[in-house]
Amino acid sequence: MSDRPTPPGDDRPDQDLPRTPGSGREGLSPVPYQQDKAAPQDPDRMDDVTDRADGAGADGDATTYSVEKPLDLSQKSYSQGQLVRRRFLRHRGAMVSLAGLVVITVFAFSSIGYGWFPGWWEKEYWRGGLVLDQGRPTLELWPPALGEHPFGQDNAGKDYFALTMRGTQRSLIVAFTVGLLSTIIGTIIGAVAGFYRGWIEAILMRITDLFIVIPALVLAAVFGKMANGGIWPLAFLLSVIGWTGLARLVRGEVLSLREREFVAAAEAIGTGSGRIIFKHILPNTVGTIIVSATLAIAATILTESALSFLGWGVRAPDTSLGLLISTYQNSFQSRPWLFWWPGMIILAIALAVNFLGDGLRDAFDPRQNRTAD
Amino acid sequence: MLQFIVRRIAISSVVLLMGSALMFFATINSGDPLADLRESNAENRDQLIAARRANMNLDQPWWQRYLTWLVGASKCLVLSCDLGTTRNGANVNTMIVNAAGASLRLVTLSVILAIVIGIALGVLSAIRQYSGFDYSITFLAFLFFSLPVFWAAVLLKDFGAIRFNNWIADPALSTTAMAVVALVFALLVASVLGGDIRRQALTFLVTGAAVFGAVFAFDQVGWWRRPALGLPLILVGALLALAFFLTLTVGLSQRKIVVAGLVTVAAGLVAYFVTAPIMADPSGWLVILGLLAATVVVSGAIGWFFGGFERKLSMFVTIGTGVAFGFLVFMDRLLRNWGAFLEIKPRPISTIGSGIPQFDDTFWAEIFDWGVQLILPTMVLTLVSIAGYSRYTRASMLETINQDYIRTARSKGLSDRVVYSKHALRNALIPITTIVAFDFASLLGGAVITETIFGWKGLGAVFRDGLNTVDPAPVMGYYLVAGGAAVIMNMLADIAYAFLDPRIRR
Repeated sequence: MSDRPTPPGDDRPDQDLPRTPGSGREGLSPVPYQQDKAAPQDPDRMDDVTDRADGAGADGDATTYSVEKPLDLSQKSYSQGQLVRRRFLRHRGAMVSLAGLVVITVFAFSSIGYGWFPGWWEKEYWRGGLVLDQGRPTLELWPPALGEHPFGQDNAGKDYFALTMRGTQRSLIVAFTVGLLSTIIGTIIGAVAGFYRGWIEAILMRITDLFIVIPALVLAAVFGKMANGGIWPLAFLLSVIGWTGLARLVRGEVLSLREREFVAAAEAIGTGSGRIIFKHILPNTVGTIIVSATLAIAATILTESALSFLGWGVRAPDTSLGLLISTYQNSFQSRPWLFWWPGMIILAIALAVNFLGDGLRDAFDPRQNRTAD
Repeated sequence: MLQFIVRRIAISSVVLLMGSALMFFATINSGDPLADLRESNAENRDQLIAARRANMNLDQPWWQRYLTWLVGASKCLVLSCDLGTTRNGANVNTMIVNAAGASLRLVTLSVILAIVIGIALGVLSAIRQYSGFDYSITFLAFLFFSLPVFWAAVLLKDFGAIRFNNWIADPALSTTAMAVVALVFALLVASVLGGDIRRQALTFLVTGAAVFGAVFAFDQVGWWRRPALGLPLILVGALLALAFFLTLTVGLSQRKIVVAGLVTVAAGLVAYFVTAPIMADPSGWLVILGLLAATVVVSGAIGWFFGGFERKLSMFVTIGTGVAFGFLVFMDRLLRNWGAFLEIKPRPISTIGSGIPQFDDTFWAEIFDWGVQLILPTMVLTLVSIAGYSRYTRASMLETINQDYIRTARSKGLSDRVVYSKHALRNALIPITTIVAFDFASLLGGAVITETIFGWKGLGAVFRDGLNTVDPAPVMGYYLVAGGAAVIMNMLADIAYAFLDPRIRR
């Protein structure tokens, strides 16, 4: 009986109650010596209650006594989501990466257009032409000017800017599709395995073991060859490989969340399993899921370009960044720009997405309180 | 413990079996095995198609073909593998055995290098958290993590092979290059050693001057074509190794152990002159291994003799120092033969291949023959996995440093050295065992790319050719090696984990 908390106001003096915000007396609860950091911390006098020396307060004579820590109510308080957003927006690396990623994406899709949507760059990526100035890039940084062929031309006179943009489009489509699909699959499977336990969990976890035994690139190669050059089958098959890591993470979190009181409470009032999983458990794992999705996108960019490089991903006549590097790797001595542009773009995308993931991880991790530095 | 191991083995073999079925099914459905014949104009086309159908059992359903393969592969359990034949009738067993050597050499070397360098960088950047060094390592880790392997490999082929070969023909460093090297080293050392700003500035200046002087001296004596360590450098290296092992264990507090280490170095000095005739041209690796064993025995004996009540620690220090001394002597001999190797092969690093076939020369030249070919692919694979290791070690080390027992150790008045090396490092390294297993498997996958670019006839090439011709036998042979290695490494990691961390033993 005695461990039950005493209801406030029963036996405690009135001044211990928090003041109403906005009354002008919020910041008043004084703590001995707190204002004077340099005051000697004499253990014998720590418990003394004295008048505040400076007598701060709206009406000047308000003197209240308390031995509790002051609650600074003058500062605005934030919800969890607001805190996450603030931490993320203050992560300088993540913000720069986000800007870079947006610029690359906008350029890739707006320049040569997508589907029936026309782009502002008039040259086609498949059409050859006269090779001007040995195909050197005409991009000028200052004064900024694109010129005739900003990224140069290949040996058949194709505009390399259009080719690279087309490749970037393909790579981005595959990466984001895989990021989305594998996240959905991984979340559902991880949640189901963690929530229902038993044989469902055993089977699902053995399947994830399976994908750990086979080197990811090898399985991706076989699946990539099955996709036969199309980017949508390729994206679909790569998602089938990519979900296992996330499934394990989600399962781990669900295992601990399902033992918590709020899940027990939901079960007690007769909530269905599906509602518990999607409404009560998964929102609590959203940090893990989002971070994992970003890292999956970065990994897919690298996998897809590696597969295309080896000839098992996107194939000619279509193009992708990996395929461009593979095609022009031998002209590195004579026309290095054919090699540098696609490689730098892959590197930029992967780096940006990885930094974004890092920023998101910092933002979602409540133990981290360092923001911008 | 035994039950734990047995259960792991059982689960792993089931997983490996399921994986083989999946791989087999995916491989034979990844294309048309007769594609090249269908398009050929040969007179006996139908005959060739019929022959290949018979050779690859194409008329059977997939599960029957899989079972045939499985029966052959399961004989591996009694050590008489039968991995079938390729579509041209070549024996996959011999293909895999020939290819495995080169690949495993590459992957093992990369894993070891990546572990050592990655863990060292991770620990250092955790100790110097939020310093310039930490930020640079973090940024570089992200950069390497995002680096397309194949792109980096092609770049290295140009800078590491072609331009290096041009340079080694007439090696000379410009003053600017020397200054840059000195600057990089000085920045690195100053930021790692830390301290207040005056101490850092002093370290920076001293290191910069020392490195610049050393590089300048090397350049003057034509070291790049006729390199050698010489006895003085060997001694300096051995003393540095002694200092390293002392730092890891007891510092200078135990006179006995310091004396034992110094005696080991002295013994090494004697052994250097005694073994000189053998080391001039050893007949094979057995001699080197024998000398290594002798080094371990002798230095261990010195540690035991001088150790007193701290025998174990003393032996650890002396054996470490002795092996380091031996390694330096070995490197000295190796470097002395670089000039001779350059005579045989004026452009030392080829862009493709894993060595000159049927190369026959002195022991040292043979090491150079495959050694220089190993450098570039190893660099590529190592760079990529260093990133993972350093990030992971840093996180794990930071987590450990913030534990209560570290605070206790500090408040007892222990020095930073003892807190980090004895209390933090060991506990921080436990989770890393798991990463090693994963990394080994993914490097075997990554070797497919590296071997393609550097033209190695390794396991990756077997897999690539098999997949391109829709031929399940070589692909499955590769799978057996890679998957088997992954399973074994995972199991070793689990067992090591259970040994290191008693909490997870069930």
